[in-house]
Amino acid sequence: MTEGIDWLDVYGRMLRIRVFEEHVNQLYTTAKMPGLAHLYIGEEAVAVGVCTALRDDDYITSTHRGHGHCLAKGASVDRMFAELLGKEPGYCRGKGGSMHIADQEKGNLGANAIVGGSAGIATGAALSAKQRGTDQVAVCFFGEGAFGQGLVYEVMNMASLWKLPVIYVCENNLYNEYTHYLETTAGDLSQRAGAFGIPTREADGQDVRAVYEAAREAVERARASNGPSFLLFRTYRQHGHHVGDINRAYYRSKEEERIWSEQRDPLKIFAESLAGEGKADAVAFERIEEEVRTEVADGVKFALDAPYPEPDEVTMHVFA
Amino acid sequence: MSLPSPSPAERQITMAEAIREALAEEMRRDHRVFLMGEDVAEAGTPFKVLSGLVEEFGSERVIDTPISEAGFTGIGLGAAMTGMRPVVDIMFGDFLFIALDQIANQAAKVHYMSGGKLKAPLTIRTTLGATRRSAAQHSQSLHAIVSHIPGLKVALPSTPYDAKGLMKSAIRDDNPVVVFEDKMMYTVKGAVPEDDYTIPFGQADVKREGEDVTLVATSSMVYTALAAADMLQRSGISAEVIDPRTTSPLDSKTLIDSAIKTGHVIVIDEGYQRFGVTAEIASVIAEGAFYHLDAPVKRMGAMDVPIPFSPALEDLTVPTPERVVEAAEALCRKGG
Repeated sequence: MTEGIDWLDVYGRMLRIRVFEEHVNQLYTTAKMPGLAHLYIGEEAVAVGVCTALRDDDYITSTHRGHGHCLAKGASVDRMFAELLGKEPGYCRGKGGSMHIADQEKGNLGANAIVGGSAGIATGAALSAKQRGTDQVAVCFFGEGAFGQGLVYEVMNMASLWKLPVIYVCENNLYNEYTHYLETTAGDLSQRAGAFGIPTREADGQDVRAVYEAAREAVERARASNGPSFLLFRTYRQHGHHVGDINRAYYRSKEEERIWSEQRDPLKIFAESLAGEGKADAVAFERIEEEVRTEVADGVKFALDAPYPEPDEVTMHVFA
Repeated sequence: MSLPSPSPAERQITMAEAIREALAEEMRRDHRVFLMGEDVAEAGTPFKVLSGLVEEFGSERVIDTPISEAGFTGIGLGAAMTGMRPVVDIMFGDFLFIALDQIANQAAKVHYMSGGKLKAPLTIRTTLGATRRSAAQHSQSLHAIVSHIPGLKVALPSTPYDAKGLMKSAIRDDNPVVVFEDKMMYTVKGAVPEDDYTIPFGQADVKREGEDVTLVATSSMVYTALAAADMLQRSGISAEVIDPRTTSPLDSKTLIDSAIKTGHVIVIDEGYQRFGVTAEIASVIAEGAFYHLDAPVKRMGAMDVPIPFSPALEDLTVPTPERVVEAAEALCRKGG
């Protein structure tokens, strides 16, 4: 069922997120970016794999670690950077910032700085799709930490009860901020959605094709009005909780980090697999990297050169 | 309880009927409008405000939910952001606290945070008001809490006429609106035209004209103020009663103009007095009419205690006409 997918393009979209995030980190360390950002490096296969199974008019909601989801759903690099720098051409005119990027044209209903906070929005978008008689689906991205929030369980219950076309995508990157998820989790995450009668599928979050396959099946089920699904992907946040979280030894070992970035990196895994299958050679990878690096560098320049919003913007958009 | 009607010839219906009519008319007019909440369908809510709607519109548009205020408010918000116009029912105002993240962190901010791209035309119906012997977790008047949050509009009608017009405006508004209905007032009757009409937000209504003292009153306290005004008239004090009808936006001008005219103001509201609606309105008036006031603006809110169950205690917590009269007489004497 993976015919028709341009896997090299998929690789390029994963790489775009990686390079984007590297530049975000650089903007932070060189004090060019206000505030903080939560990097998605190491988790790229989840966002890209899931969004590859979606249409432009399908919905997503995202998290504080949302740059990857936004880019995977089709956001452009330049307006993303502009938003991160609080500039006027940003996706939210500089009013949302890193944790609130929304891109209505691509069905992105917004990243959300409240853990689990967008679960209602995604489920409501699914209810709305059903009421309007469309076959759109909604994907709710969240981390394993969101399973500490009651809202997630409330909306899963209703989604299953009403057979809503929503897909709950949990990125288990192992850490609730600075605490290993096993210290905060009783029972088994994979059993949580089953209690509501929602089918669950677990897959390797570092393997973009496995992610895509799981998502494709869930999307098909949702479009056919058969109700919600729960996808659980094991992945890893290679950087800290946010760009300023440098000394991490008190909550995880350097050895663990090394293993995940050397042996479990989703880009390396995918590149090796594509090369092994003869789908791409060194020249092709260089060309993709060159394109991505140029696009991202241009995006950073665009954002740095862009104007800040005018002062009178501060009172605009409080009300529609 | 009754009020001078806008036009005496018009039919009299109850507050509950007026709200139901507003909802039904909007649902007929606009297929995007739907209702959801606990026991809204066959039960028609414990207050029977929604009786009959599921029969007309079906269970697809009058949706009974689990007891999950945060969950269904969030779902309402998501539906609002993607082309629907939901009316979410939060049975008791006290339960707003359960859904407050979805209301205050999500719905209120989505338009601003997205730089004006996303909209949340979500109406939240809920209740306020004590003296129903429902004790501390079913009696609070929490409109100040939501009025505090930028991005939310807040309406609290005192008459069937206002209830219908404000509900229609709420549903047609592109912003999240919280409408507070006093659960003791559902059986109050008043004149309501059969024609389609709306009442714009941010427009106070002078419920009774007067010269000597301004009584600014909200929701059920409008009746308390009107009863006080009748009593004051007998002792030669002419009271003006003004109902702001919405706290966000607030019609400051009408309040300030009346304060300038009378020079004496009492603000009466059923929310807790401390940091409450009475405090905000008193300060708006003090800032706008200071040099015309003969005395400081007097605040009368609910007593700052959890609402007690015992009738002997509960009745003490809410302003009464007698206490308003006492305050008005003291104010007018003091001011000369």
